[in-house]
Amino acid sequence: MKSLITLSVAGLAGVLFALGLGLGGMTDPAKVVGFLDVAGRWDPSLAFVMAGALGTYALLRPLILRRTRPVLAERFPPPPQAAVDGRLVSGAALFGIGWGMSGYCPGPALVSLPVGGTTVLLFVGAMLVGMGAFRAWEAVRSARMMRQPG
Amino acid sequence: MNPVLLPLLGGILIGLASAVLLLFHGRIAGISGITGGLLSPAPADVGWRVAFLGGLAVGGVLLAVFRPESLGPPVLTSVGATLAAGLLVGFGTRLGGGCTSGHGVCGLARGSKRSLVATLTFMATAALTVFISRHVLGGAS
Repeated sequence: MKSLITLSVAGLAGVLFALGLGLGGMTDPAKVVGFLDVAGRWDPSLAFVMAGALGTYALLRPLILRRTRPVLAERFPPPPQAAVDGRLVSGAALFGIGWGMSGYCPGPALVSLPVGGTTVLLFVGAMLVGMGAFRAWEAVRSARMMRQPG
Repeated sequence: MNPVLLPLLGGILIGLASAVLLLFHGRIAGISGITGGLLSPAPADVGWRVAFLGGLAVGGVLLAVFRPESLGPPVLTSVGATLAAGLLVGFGTRLGGGCTSGHGVCGLARGSKRSLVATLTFMATAALTVFISRHVLGGAS
């Protein structure tokens, strides 16, 4: 029973998230590219999506964290302690290039997947391959680090 | 509808959905992290991840039925560029530990310096990519 509730709440959050992306305009790649085109006819409307999401979450987060634990889980995640490093910056840079090329970041691409046709299918397929490639690269890298300590 | 109110409403829904995930599951609504977590050799907590991503797809179908204009056509037409963009987004978001949602919304909202640096970086390279493709190479006007 509890697992059914867990799945339903997560599914509902996904639907809500998708509707927010769609109503906000994030699932229209031409609009996203127009937002990123600061040197052209800049369309700033997507900044309001970010403002709305950021404002809402920033407001609710501290209220939620007053609880000792989440409703359906054991504990809240500890905030990540990692520092700003080369991986963070180069990963974000690569992601931005792909986002600027396509107008799709992961959420809108997944929302568009069931109805977006071949291009979205190819994009999401390649995105999953890219995520898998990262995992493989990391596995190789950590195995090498283990062999050569320091 | 209003060019400010509708995006704002969309954003509020995204913020609410992220808050639901934190309140009930104690999870950060980072789409790339939720997706990437399914690709590990022994995926933990598959259930809520699949349910959330399934919810995204259901939302896409609802949008297609009730608001088809919100799902604009792709801007990329060539297969090669589409695959390259997908690979960059997939690899980059995992290497950088997040995307527009994880860093740009959840991370920024808790005042994370990492997320601020990541968000400024991907915004900058995305804008630069659009600038080069539109105004230097001269694709669309």
